[in-house]
Amino acid sequence: MADVPENAPEHCPGTTSEQAGKSSSCEGCPNQKLCASGATKAPDPAIAEIGEKLSSVKHKILVLSGKGGVGKSTFSAHLAHALASDGTKEVALLDVDICGPSIPRIMGLEGEQVHQSGSGWSPVYVEDNLAVMSIGFLLSSPDDAVIWRGPKKNGMIKQFLRDVDWGELDYLIVDTPPGTSDEHLSVVQYLSSTHVDGAVIITTPQEVSLQDVRKEIRFCQKVKLPIIGVVENMSGFVCPKCKNTSQIFPPTSGGAEKMCADLNLPLLGKVPLDPRIARSCDEGKSFLSEVPDSPAAEAYQRIVQSIQEYCSNRATEEQSTT
Amino acid sequence: MSQVKHVVLVLSGKGGVGKSTITTELALALRHSGKKVSGHSLCGLALCFPPCLRQSQRLTTLCGPQVGVLDVDLCGPSIPRMLSVGRPDVHQCDSGWVPVYTDAQKTLALMSIGFLLDDPDDAVVWRGPKKTALIGQFVSDVAWGELDVLLVDTPPGTSDEHLAVLENLKKHRVDGAILVTTPQAVSTGDVRREITFCKRTGVRILGIVENMSGFVCPHCSECSNIFSKGGGEELAKLTGSEFLGCVPLDPLLSASIEEGKDFTQSFPDSATFSAISSILHTLLKSLETD
Repeated sequence: MADVPENAPEHCPGTTSEQAGKSSSCEGCPNQKLCASGATKAPDPAIAEIGEKLSSVKHKILVLSGKGGVGKSTFSAHLAHALASDGTKEVALLDVDICGPSIPRIMGLEGEQVHQSGSGWSPVYVEDNLAVMSIGFLLSSPDDAVIWRGPKKNGMIKQFLRDVDWGELDYLIVDTPPGTSDEHLSVVQYLSSTHVDGAVIITTPQEVSLQDVRKEIRFCQKVKLPIIGVVENMSGFVCPKCKNTSQIFPPTSGGAEKMCADLNLPLLGKVPLDPRIARSCDEGKSFLSEVPDSPAAEAYQRIVQSIQEYCSNRATEEQSTT
Repeated sequence: MSQVKHVVLVLSGKGGVGKSTITTELALALRHSGKKVSGHSLCGLALCFPPCLRQSQRLTTLCGPQVGVLDVDLCGPSIPRMLSVGRPDVHQCDSGWVPVYTDAQKTLALMSIGFLLDDPDDAVVWRGPKKTALIGQFVSDVAWGELDVLLVDTPPGTSDEHLAVLENLKKHRVDGAILVTTPQAVSTGDVRREITFCKRTGVRILGIVENMSGFVCPHCSECSNIFSKGGGEELAKLTGSEFLGCVPLDPLLSASIEEGKDFTQSFPDSATFSAISSILHTLLKSLETD
């Protein structure tokens, strides 16, 4: 987990590890003295700055999955919409998927640009109480590729957390790319001096997806990130014509239900496949307000409610302990 | 690597669109096509093999084309499960790491980080440089032997893994890339960026595959476009790339992938299989016109 610079010698133990500057592979490295002095082990000053900046954010929720295309961004967007439907709450959605930002389209904000103000970058607002930030707003064309290695992505995430003028927030939702790599480590590290409520893990019912999601859960345990619960997305499809249910992505190993039972995690709910969800996302509309009476919308609402309860319980717990 | 004739990358800006599934099915269909050749009937597929491939088949009549799959998705390796190889140990030989073979005839070779983990649930929490180093080893240290086609399955995005794979493979050869997308705009939007990546890094785009394209209800045969329709073809037109074809959402395919069964053997009469073989057909043709 240590920081290994891009141009480091082979087997570099990482600049922040105990062995930094001391291991045999450090011999001859121009930075050996610097590493050995311990200066590199000092925490990034940005962590404290971010802690201060985000101290006015009441709840922080990460949306994670080891697997791609399971609906992290769709879920994040709808969680944001649902939380912001209470006009008294200030909600923000941050997209840290640097190479494949989907949030601008899903939120109907394609082509929007970020403005600079005295207090930092201003996020883009969907509603008065719903702010969005994504690298998509910084790209000049929909063809632009972000061909960046880890360190550059980390720098961007740092800027998103430190330099965006979020203001007072009730909820900050962070949508992530799939995997357990730079983006995830950086978000967790940069948020380490603030309090993160926890992570919502998204999966689809198949074992092919669950096997990656188990890795993500292991990641959360390694970095001591609490798990709010698991959402099973794309869970069954009801034919609009004959109303029969098909398991397009079959839960051959018992689906999220069995995984949650095995790992002792709460299952927040199952969201069925609905062609209208994909359509709403493509059109940048909220599925929850487009088709509020559908089974999928109801499932979303129930899940959002459990997350709200979790957050407020955690807040009261914290007050009682301090 | 010098004995590998063609290298094809399977890319997508978007996750979960079926890169690994398409890689697996193409590898199986490729092997399948070769078997028919070495058996009795010359099937249509064999005719479009590049001449060099046909020659090699004559040499290795018994086993047909040799196919390799390199899985460079380090944080979420799916290929071992999809090809049902479990988690065997990877052995060393004089010429490097021995890939894992899916069959006794050794026609389908495989390398994935999945084989190197002690615990399948273990998370590979690595930053870029470490991923880059392992991919370098995968490319240079695996003793693939003679291969007709090496398919490289990648994670989503345009970052460390992709740059590492290209940097290392370019020393040998990269024929081009297949881009996989689902029909929705949310997915084609990310794949547009991947096309820019290919252009900037000088990788030829062999074509675009539209996966999860329509679902035919097994009860009433009504086709629902769960993830919309036609996005892949539109994207191909927009960017002037070849459109390789559509693969429908098929519960039989997802079930085969889940259980690691060979879909191309189990359901050779399905519409899904004919879609896959037509994609393979077009792909082989464009490899020939290299």
